[in-house]
Amino acid sequence: MAETVTMPKLGFDMAEGTLIRWVIGEGEAVKRGAVLAEIETDKATVEVESAYEGILARHLVPQGSVVPVNTPIAIIAQPGEPLEGIGEPAKTAGRGEEVQPAREEDKVQPASAALPNVFTPPAAIKASPLARRIAAEKGIPLQGMSGSGPGGRIVKRDVEAFAAQQSPAVSPPPPAVSPQPPAGGGQPLNRLRAAIGRRMVEAKQSVPHFYVTHDYDVAALLDLRQQINAWLPENEKLSLNDFIVKAVALTLEQFPNLNASLQGEQIVTHTAINVGVAVAVEGGLLTVVCREANRKSLRQIAAEVKSLASRARQGKVRPEDIEGSTFSISNLGMYAVEHFIAIINPPEAAILAVGSARQTPVVSNDAIVPGWRMKATLSVDHRISDGAEAARFLQVLGDYLETPLKMLA
Amino acid sequence: MPRITLREAISQALWEEMERDPKVFILGEEVGVWGGTYAVTKGFYDHFGEKRVKDTPIAEAVIVGAAIGAAMAGQRPVAELMTINFAFSAMDHIVNEAAKLHYMFGGQFRLPLVIRAVGGGGRQLGATHSQTPDAVFAHFPGLKVVSPGTPADAKGLLKSAIRSDDPVLFIEHATMYQVRGEVPEGDYTIPIGQSKIQRAGRDVTVVAYSKGLEIALKAADALAKDGVEAEVVDLRTLRPLDMQPVVESFKKTNRAVVVEEGWKSYGVGAEVVARLYEEAFDYVDAPIQRVAQKEVPLPYNRTLEQMALPQVDDVIRAVKEVL
Repeated sequence: MAETVTMPKLGFDMAEGTLIRWVIGEGEAVKRGAVLAEIETDKATVEVESAYEGILARHLVPQGSVVPVNTPIAIIAQPGEPLEGIGEPAKTAGRGEEVQPAREEDKVQPASAALPNVFTPPAAIKASPLARRIAAEKGIPLQGMSGSGPGGRIVKRDVEAFAAQQSPAVSPPPPAVSPQPPAGGGQPLNRLRAAIGRRMVEAKQSVPHFYVTHDYDVAALLDLRQQINAWLPENEKLSLNDFIVKAVALTLEQFPNLNASLQGEQIVTHTAINVGVAVAVEGGLLTVVCREANRKSLRQIAAEVKSLASRARQGKVRPEDIEGSTFSISNLGMYAVEHFIAIINPPEAAILAVGSARQTPVVSNDAIVPGWRMKATLSVDHRISDGAEAARFLQVLGDYLETPLKMLA
Repeated sequence: MPRITLREAISQALWEEMERDPKVFILGEEVGVWGGTYAVTKGFYDHFGEKRVKDTPIAEAVIVGAAIGAAMAGQRPVAELMTINFAFSAMDHIVNEAAKLHYMFGGQFRLPLVIRAVGGGGRQLGATHSQTPDAVFAHFPGLKVVSPGTPADAKGLLKSAIRSDDPVLFIEHATMYQVRGEVPEGDYTIPIGQSKIQRAGRDVTVVAYSKGLEIALKAADALAKDGVEAEVVDLRTLRPLDMQPVVESFKKTNRAVVVEEGWKSYGVGAEVVARLYEEAFDYVDAPIQRVAQKEVPLPYNRTLEQMALPQVDDVIRAVKEVL
């Protein structure tokens, strides 16, 4: 039987992808796992692999077309199956095509003790089909919207009320005078830029951020790094950021509430600690994911982040490279930045913005002496956590950063 | 427009059609000399004579079988079954012959046959004489199944059934013969296979037919006092089922309740709900509710019987559930 390949959904907010190039032509043989095509999503160029073996009978979309997710893009026939008559997109969506972050391990905690402890799969948002359709048409995310239907279901009136409430705030006032034509000419946003913009607007408008800054003594950390790097080969040397990833992951073990997401009225804490690391790429930035960083050695973390970052810079990330982070770190230390604050990467609860390690006069034993300091600012979703918890987090993080041998224990 | 009973409306349709077409004749138990168990054919025997108003033995297979033969031979028989529960005795004739002969003989025969059957519960006739098995018959392609909810529809639909060249099962509800409504005088027909909006509203679509329509309309009146405007769609014909007015109404209200007197499992409501999900999924704003008979053989005891049958309060509750 011929199988249908559909446009995969490579992330919870992916609605469509551009089919850049067909790698396998019509009539050619396909092996399971072979690269069928390259698609460009908001975030990256990704290779679509075949879940089936057979003959590529038909391309259902031409190169360069923008295709909604789950739309059939190709038909793969069995060897020997007549190709005549194949080509109508089959009704059934291709199986095994969807790549989704594994979230089975997630557990759900009620937002307050008064709520019943009902298990709800975190991916399922309870909304009527009509509410979903209207939300999709209006481009309104259902996450976080409260439902007035039975059992908290989001229904039409909720979406409409949300839209009515939003629209006056969102639409900017018309400019009083027509803007001057830009000196260098206009340039359309690339997809990554547009995606970053959309998500950051969403985060800043819907997530109440608060910020806590801490100044760390990193003299011991720099020392330790120098000692370790002394016997590591050139291409395996540890960066300061690798230590920070490890320290943050270990700290998160004690702060499950900050390794969490708000879903509707529930705080979903993630059992896996997957640390996202922001990487600057051409035209924007990507957050690559170091999974279960709390269980990895510094060398493992260093090697992994290095290869993820390199793939990201080359535009060759795989979906799993950039999906599923539970907490993010943005480090501008290499640019001699004293301190900055970051916008939370939804649906995460917090993000750590790390400045440069810098030599500065410090007070030690009532004397001013040269010392090493590094500032870090935690941005936190106030719906999930409060200032005291954020401050304690930064304190525990300091235990690791200032007594770095603890990370090695 | 005169307000007459459903009994009078059906009686008028039969009388006018027999006057109009000499091929139309009636057969059934007690239809002649006695004038019909439900007095629908009172006076027919004296006026049309024993050849056109035939009393039969108490044998439903004979009644339907003879009617099928007469129809194949070019007559337009109207067979009366005292209750639809007795149709089970004639099941083979109804579903294996009436519904299929036209197809199995390559279209050589038409079957201009009407089976009038009295269905429904609520008259304390016990479990075997109180059933509403409409969905059972509507299951079979080849048979048209009509079940009116108002006197005017009853008259117009029965005339269409008698003039139809296909076999039609015409189900009348046993407790509705005294229901009155405005009925146009003289000859008119209502096409088989057209649902109708019997009450306009904007908040919720209530789909019903036959006795369910009466319940739905009463519920709609009660709901209107609370500011809820229910739109009541009357199916009138179960096969072929006309979903268009139902779907159009649903696209407007996004909420629906289906009312039927038969059991819920595998019933008319199940069919309507499935079609709504198939044809209007993106307009669903709440799970569609069904109101139907409790899943028991209908009790004889009056209190228990009424508890088992769908009531106005059940519809009101279901509507509030979907709002």
